[in-house]
Amino acid sequence: MITVYHYMILSAIIFSIGTFGVLTRKNAIVIFMCIELMLNAVNLTFIALSRHLQNMDGQIFVFFVMTVAAAEAAVGLALIIAFYRNRESIDTDDFNMLKW
Amino acid sequence: MLSILFYLFATVAIFSAFYVTKARSPVNSALCLVTTFICFAVFYIMLDAPFMAAIQIMVYAGAIMVLIVFVIMLLNLGTVAKKRYTHGLAWGGALSILMLLVTNFFIRRSIPTGTVGDVTTQTIHNYGHTELIGRALFTDFLLPFEIASILLLVAIIGAVILSKREV
Repeated sequence: MITVYHYMILSAIIFSIGTFGVLTRKNAIVIFMCIELMLNAVNLTFIALSRHLQNMDGQIFVFFVMTVAAAEAAVGLALIIAFYRNRESIDTDDFNMLKW
Repeated sequence: MLSILFYLFATVAIFSAFYVTKARSPVNSALCLVTTFICFAVFYIMLDAPFMAAIQIMVYAGAIMVLIVFVIMLLNLGTVAKKRYTHGLAWGGALSILMLLVTNFFIRRSIPTGTVGDVTTQTIHNYGHTELIGRALFTDFLLPFEIASILLLVAIIGAVILSKREV
C-alpha cells in the first residue's frame, strides 16, 4: 500500500538531489535544471498532501508553481543568453561583475 | 501491483534526477530531466490528478524543456572536462545528505493532518478532475489567477527586452 509518506520521502530525496546539483555544478543551465527539479519535488508533495487531505487547494498551488516556473524559465534563459553575449561563458565563476 | 509500479518509477526518477546533476554534457542532463518529469506525471496519475499529469507533460516536458534545449544548442555548450576533487563537492554532498536526513526525520515522526475537504475518489470520478480544478480556479482563486496572467505578461516583456542586442 502506497501512503502519503512514500510520496513525501521520495520528494525529499529528489529535493536533496536538486540541492546537491545547485551547490556543486558550475554550469548555469545545469543549475537552472536542478532548480526545476526542486520545484517538481515540491509539486509532488503538494499533490500528495492534497490527495491525502481530500482538498483541491494543493493542486491549485501546483498550477501557480508551474506558472512561476514558466516565467522563470523565460526570464532566466534570457539572462543567461545576455550574459553569454558579454562574457562568452556561462560558468558561474565568471558571474562576478558586481564584485569589487 | 500499484506498489511495484510506484517503486519502479521512484527508482527511475531518483536515478535520472541524480544523473541530471552528474552528466558532463548539458544535453544529457536535459534528457534525464525529461525522464524525471515523465515519472512525476505517472505519480500524478497514481494520485488521481490526471489534469496535473497532462499539464506536467505539456508545460514542463514540452515547453520549458524545449526552451532549455534550444538555449543549450544556441550557446553550443560542449562537455566539461573532468574536474579534480573539490571542496565544493564535499560540502554540497554533506549539506544535501544532512537535509535529506532532517526531512526524513520530520516526515517519519509527524502525522499530516489538517482540514479534510470533501473531494473523495468518488467525487473525482463523478465530476472529473479538470472540472474540479476549473471550479476552484475560477471561484476561490480568481484573483491569484489574474495575477498569474500579469506575471506571464511581465515575463514575456522581460524576456524580449533582455534578449535584444542593445539593452
